[in-house]
Amino acid sequence: MKINVNSTEYTLNVPDNTSLLDALRVHLNLTGSKYGCGEGACGACKVLVDGRAVPSCITPVASVQHKSVVTIEGLEKDGKLHPLQQAFLDEDAFQCAYCSPGMIMAAVALKSRNPHPSRQEIIDAMQGNICRCCAYPRIINAISKA
Amino acid sequence: MQEQANLNRRNFIRISALTGGGLVLGFNYFLTSCSTSQDGGQVIELNAFVKIDTKGRVTIMSPNPEVGQGVKTSLPMLVAEELDVDWKEIKIEQAGLDTVNYKRQVAGGSGSVRESWESFRKVGATARQMLISAAAAAWGVPAAECATENGHVVYKGKKKTYGELVEQAAKLPVPENVAVKPATAFRIIGQRTRNVDNHAIVTGQYKYGIDTKREGMLYATIIRPPAFGMTLESLDDAEAKRSPGVQQVLRFDNKIAVLGRSTWEVMQAAKKVKPQWKEDGTLESTADYTEKLHGILAKKPEDKPRRQDGNIGQAFAKAAKVIELAFDAPFLAHNTMEPMNFFAHVTADGAELYGPIQTPERARGRIAELLKLPEEKISVMMTRMGGGFGRRLMTDFVEEAAMVSRLAGNVPVNVIWSREDDMTGGFYRPMCSYRYKAALNGNNELVAWHHHSAGVSGGGASPDSFPAGAVPNFQVDAHTYKSPVTTAPWRGPTHNYIAFSEQSFLDEIARQAGKDPVALRLELLEQARANPVGKVNYEPDRFAAVIKKAAEIGGWGKSKGENIFQGFAAHFSFASYVAQVAEVEKQADGKLKLKKIYCVVDCGTVVNPSGAETQVEGSIIDGIGHAMYAELTLTNGRPDQSNFHNYRMIRMREAPAVEIHFIQSSVAPTGLGEPCLPPAGAALANAVFAASGVRLLDQPFIKSGLFA
Repeated sequence: MKINVNSTEYTLNVPDNTSLLDALRVHLNLTGSKYGCGEGACGACKVLVDGRAVPSCITPVASVQHKSVVTIEGLEKDGKLHPLQQAFLDEDAFQCAYCSPGMIMAAVALKSRNPHPSRQEIIDAMQGNICRCCAYPRIINAISKA
Repeated sequence: MQEQANLNRRNFIRISALTGGGLVLGFNYFLTSCSTSQDGGQVIELNAFVKIDTKGRVTIMSPNPEVGQGVKTSLPMLVAEELDVDWKEIKIEQAGLDTVNYKRQVAGGSGSVRESWESFRKVGATARQMLISAAAAAWGVPAAECATENGHVVYKGKKKTYGELVEQAAKLPVPENVAVKPATAFRIIGQRTRNVDNHAIVTGQYKYGIDTKREGMLYATIIRPPAFGMTLESLDDAEAKRSPGVQQVLRFDNKIAVLGRSTWEVMQAAKKVKPQWKEDGTLESTADYTEKLHGILAKKPEDKPRRQDGNIGQAFAKAAKVIELAFDAPFLAHNTMEPMNFFAHVTADGAELYGPIQTPERARGRIAELLKLPEEKISVMMTRMGGGFGRRLMTDFVEEAAMVSRLAGNVPVNVIWSREDDMTGGFYRPMCSYRYKAALNGNNELVAWHHHSAGVSGGGASPDSFPAGAVPNFQVDAHTYKSPVTTAPWRGPTHNYIAFSEQSFLDEIARQAGKDPVALRLELLEQARANPVGKVNYEPDRFAAVIKKAAEIGGWGKSKGENIFQGFAAHFSFASYVAQVAEVEKQADGKLKLKKIYCVVDCGTVVNPSGAETQVEGSIIDGIGHAMYAELTLTNGRPDQSNFHNYRMIRMREAPAVEIHFIQSSVAPTGLGEPCLPPAGAALANAVFAASGVRLLDQPFIKSGLFA
């Protein structure tokens, strides 16, 4: 099967029900997307599929054929960080940072459909992402400022 | 010959920062050549922390495990401050386990900064002095008249980079007793400094243990007993072995390992293994434990008290008023976002261990014992951890990786736990119950305090916790009920449930004594200052200062509107003082919502304000989240919760606003990763009492039905 990830076409030889997360991490060596729960409940594995943030751990890889997948590794363009990457970096919005790729991808999806979200809109959009270190105040600030 | 000796000495003079207990600077001469950087520069290791290449590029090694507490930034700041280099120009590298050159490579006990404060600065200052001496010799001027600025030694218009000096510096003897800067001269310590790995993090390039991949490596998933009190009798692995991508199915200890090419494939195959488990003891449930703990507390304490001042029996007999409350706290899972995992490659005569571990030295010791290998043949490299919270103080997952690597025929393996494995795999915060009893005299003074605790497979008391030292008759008793459930330290061990119960009880005492909760605490601290009883492990003045400041910034006692209610809590742990005011709003439907926590901290000198602030914010919200929502229960030895759909974690919507004030201080830094967590639940519970008249005695609070 062929999938398009970060504007590159890859050919994969894996069972259809392989999770997109495993395809990315194990087969394409894109380990930026993280495994956290395997049931779409924590958001650490979020990637963009046609612009929408989806948990890749419960997305079968076969379902993203003919779609565009963007991972945390694909956000930087021409050596320039995406504004959300820059904002997380500037705000120092991390502790262990394991949830950060999923947080950033969810925030990218939010900002692409709503460029100036209110604080409440940010909170509502990020409800699917857990930060176990609870760096939430800075994550909200980063998304607001990006 | 002399030439040769110097040549050998020159490149690898190391300062062994702490041989023995104090600041003894020792030598290690390594008779090897120095390394060459990519563009041909020579990289010289001036000591185990500082490498400078001949082009002037400085690398500082960070020896402590990074678990999100920011030590890969804050500890090198200490070295850089004294070395006098431009923070923006230097490189920071994680060092592996090296017990010859470093000490206490541990992430735990909120100890990294406080244990490194003196030694790391000394290392930087010593290296700087060697560079100055080299410059002074080259110029033929007195070293005492040379100064440094941003990676250069300067003297009256003369200037040399550290890169130009390092070869000569490395030939010099290591000076002893080099003075460190006074706090007034700090340029790096105290500056808001971003995490050094931010760029790699936001681009997804940073590798965690779970990302480890090597040539020929197999992924392994492990099937463990489904209940505490069960052992493996037999298994049928025929179908699992035929599953796609599976290479081996192994049985070891009480477990089954499935090895294969990808995590998905091995986890799918693991579902096809048919194990037969048998009961090897009593399968116990949460209700059984509650009964056992309450049974212990209903009886007279049997063991020797953990602390005993005065005579509580006599004091209770004479009391004008006796106050009693009992509290329960559940098991908690650590739930690090990165589940347990570890890479191991065991060979015929050694082992490479690589992954997320808070205690690398302990892990090496365990593997040496388990595999009968000499410690010096085992290397341990620590990866950045996706959270620890105490879980990675344990070494069980490292042992699994090493065992599986050996049993599979010395193949490199990465053992990865699923979330379900992680949540049901044990090593929980112990479930605990507490009974408090206090006596007031006719003047409403607190004259007796009895704390009796009981925990499952651990728990215990913090016998010297405030108000110890301020009460003439004071006794602490602690008991443990031994069960098959495994337990482990959990962020702010013991303190995390002690502070909730003790600070709630103090609030109740204040109410029954007709005193303001802040005033009662200050009254008790004055007692501890003027007439201390027994051992006092806190400084009453510093404790009182955070309490007063928290009352001030929180607007304690001032009306904030008829629907806003406040609660107060203060706790001393890990050598730091914390006071908090929680603000709860009563909504139109009568339900309560936590809006804000004000927090004042005295943790001595703050090394990195950015890192410190996020530790405080995070630990408060973490404390609130667990007090509000979290519990792990058991039915017949099986954990009832397995993943985030049935184990509630605090999310952005529930996180209160946090306002922080650090007490300005120039004393040595104290702990910060943990001390702000323990009082948070108590501040909330006390605000809930103010709003509703309901005293929350059990966690999680959400079960009370009081919350929106």
